[in-house]
Amino acid sequence: MTTTTMTMAKALNEGLRRAMEKDKRVLLMGEDIGKLGGVFRITDGLQKDFGEDRVIDAPLAESAIVGTAVGLAVRGYRTVVEIQFDGFVYPAFDQIVSQVAKLHKRTDGVYTMGLVIRLPFQGGIGAIEHHSESPEAYFVHTAGLRVVACSTPNDAYWMIQQSIEHDDPIIFCEPKSRYWEKGEVDLDNPPRGLFDAQVRRAGSDVTVVAYGAMVKTALRAAEAAADEGVSVEVIDARSLSPLDLGPMITSLEKTGRLVVVQEATRTASVGSEIVAELSERCFYSLRAPGVRVSGYHVPYPPSRIEEEFRPSVDRVLDGIDRVMGFE
Amino acid sequence: MIGEELIQLLTPEGQRVHHPEYESSLSGEEIFSFYRDMVIIRRLCNEATSLQRQGQLALWAPLQGQEAAQIGAGRALEPNDFTFPSYREHGIAWTRGVPPADMLRIFRATTNGGWDPQRYRHSVPTVVLGNQALHAVGYAMGVQRDGAEEAVMTFFGDGASSQGDVLESFVWAASFNAPVVFILQNNQWAISEPSTLQAKIPLYHRAHGFGFPGFRVDGNDVLAMYEVTRRALENARAGGGPTLIEAYTYRMGAHTTSDDPTRYRIDAEVEMWKHRDPVERTKALLAREFKVKRPAFDEVAAEAETLALQLRDDVLAMDAPDPITMFDHAYAESHPLVEEGRREMMELGVSGARS
Repeated sequence: MTTTTMTMAKALNEGLRRAMEKDKRVLLMGEDIGKLGGVFRITDGLQKDFGEDRVIDAPLAESAIVGTAVGLAVRGYRTVVEIQFDGFVYPAFDQIVSQVAKLHKRTDGVYTMGLVIRLPFQGGIGAIEHHSESPEAYFVHTAGLRVVACSTPNDAYWMIQQSIEHDDPIIFCEPKSRYWEKGEVDLDNPPRGLFDAQVRRAGSDVTVVAYGAMVKTALRAAEAAADEGVSVEVIDARSLSPLDLGPMITSLEKTGRLVVVQEATRTASVGSEIVAELSERCFYSLRAPGVRVSGYHVPYPPSRIEEEFRPSVDRVLDGIDRVMGFE
Repeated sequence: MIGEELIQLLTPEGQRVHHPEYESSLSGEEIFSFYRDMVIIRRLCNEATSLQRQGQLALWAPLQGQEAAQIGAGRALEPNDFTFPSYREHGIAWTRGVPPADMLRIFRATTNGGWDPQRYRHSVPTVVLGNQALHAVGYAMGVQRDGAEEAVMTFFGDGASSQGDVLESFVWAASFNAPVVFILQNNQWAISEPSTLQAKIPLYHRAHGFGFPGFRVDGNDVLAMYEVTRRALENARAGGGPTLIEAYTYRMGAHTTSDDPTRYRIDAEVEMWKHRDPVERTKALLAREFKVKRPAFDEVAAEAETLALQLRDDVLAMDAPDPITMFDHAYAESHPLVEEGRREMMELGVSGARS
């Protein structure tokens, strides 16, 4: 087993490189992804090594980036599209919802929409507006799409490759606040399937489900809760569509208490879906109503006050207290 | 009125026009086969309108008036070229070999597609205006990467020309020198809105601003449509990049069978365009120059009639699909929510649900 330590940004870069080496029909397309290597340097050096035909600097038009990737898919190419920031995905929303999600069905399976839309998401980097959003629920809601979120370098390395190999269109959410954090990457064996949730920390009193940047926050909260004698199990959802409910059900049957943590606003969110699904499936195991710790129902705030918007360790602990204290 | 830039090789009266750059290369037999295509697609279109009026189709988008624009452009394609239509391109579908009954499936609401797009190299209808223009450019970028000598053609109307996707597709086609031909059928009306609301300049002028050639062709002149499109396709295949062709034509019928054009346009305009009919002018040319006689025209009419009756039979035989098929191909790979839905429907015992 070859393991190495690298940042999530580097792990994504290596994952993309490996996918491009394996399959000549894998292309990358996005704004500033060539010479610059992307604003987050995820594609650093790839244009130099694979050429301008495979690492395509796109004119600044998101609908066209996705729309032409659809045409390339019809031609048999697998394009990994980079949307520069979450808040810039909306011009492409029409193509994603009306075409990417539906063309496989509309053609009775003739067209394979094997494309990956990389979406740096969530906040926490002190950016200006439109650079810190969590739009995942829009895509989770849309039949025909799949949505995944990585939280560690190892997952980033493997999940991007698994997404590229998968035949359905995938919205690939990257927690940009974790791009520069390092972790062990196993270069030989994938940790698990692309759509599998993973227990990150075992516990017996409360189940905390999180994804993306919030996994680390949940783990910190679990650490703090342990000091106070509360045993928290942390599950990384990893796949947001479809949700891998199995490990969550197993956990909840043990703990009876559920907290979901996300940066996105609460209403009609991934957290809402997890709470609803688990309430329906584990009703008799529940000792308290499921709690969502989330962003508030306001536009993403100026980043000087974003840490009061994003769930903090304290707010997760408060959520844990609420399910522990429910009588 | 239309402007001196209009490329025309055949007048509404069926007289040939000399053009300094374009000359018809077509033999009498070929022109007759174009005529046949136009007569047939018009007859099939009328049958579809009747079927809708009789409650057999949910909707129909008639192409009447635009036969030459579509048959001329469609017949210029090579078998390996690929086309991305909007929802009114029945004439293009016909030239690509799509069976007429398949064209009506979407309008009978038994499918959202209708045919195998790879088999006919003609994509399925796109209802959201302009989306397909980007698919065409992306496909063309794939053609470039494959080093193939193929061209891509896409279709949209004067209304859709205002859509961001169409304008973005112009940017991309120019930037990447994509082998794509844009056919803009300016049929003067986007439902109730005149084309003058979409643009204050002739629409084909837009191409120049994006950095590639644009032409305005008499869209009711099948000879001109064929020649201009053929040259644009050859140019694309040879690496010359994109072309915009504005087919200046007229939607003789309603936008769709749900529309009432008498509310927004005057009879005199429709009358004027009747005199520019694409089929009649071709017939006049064939009769005068190639001495085609009435029996030959009658034979085409009879063939169209037979095909229309066949279409009617095929449509009436088209049943609603088994509801359980809504779960097929929602995803390429198994998805738990889809499987859950499928199980639920089977448990509910919905008629015809198969195990």
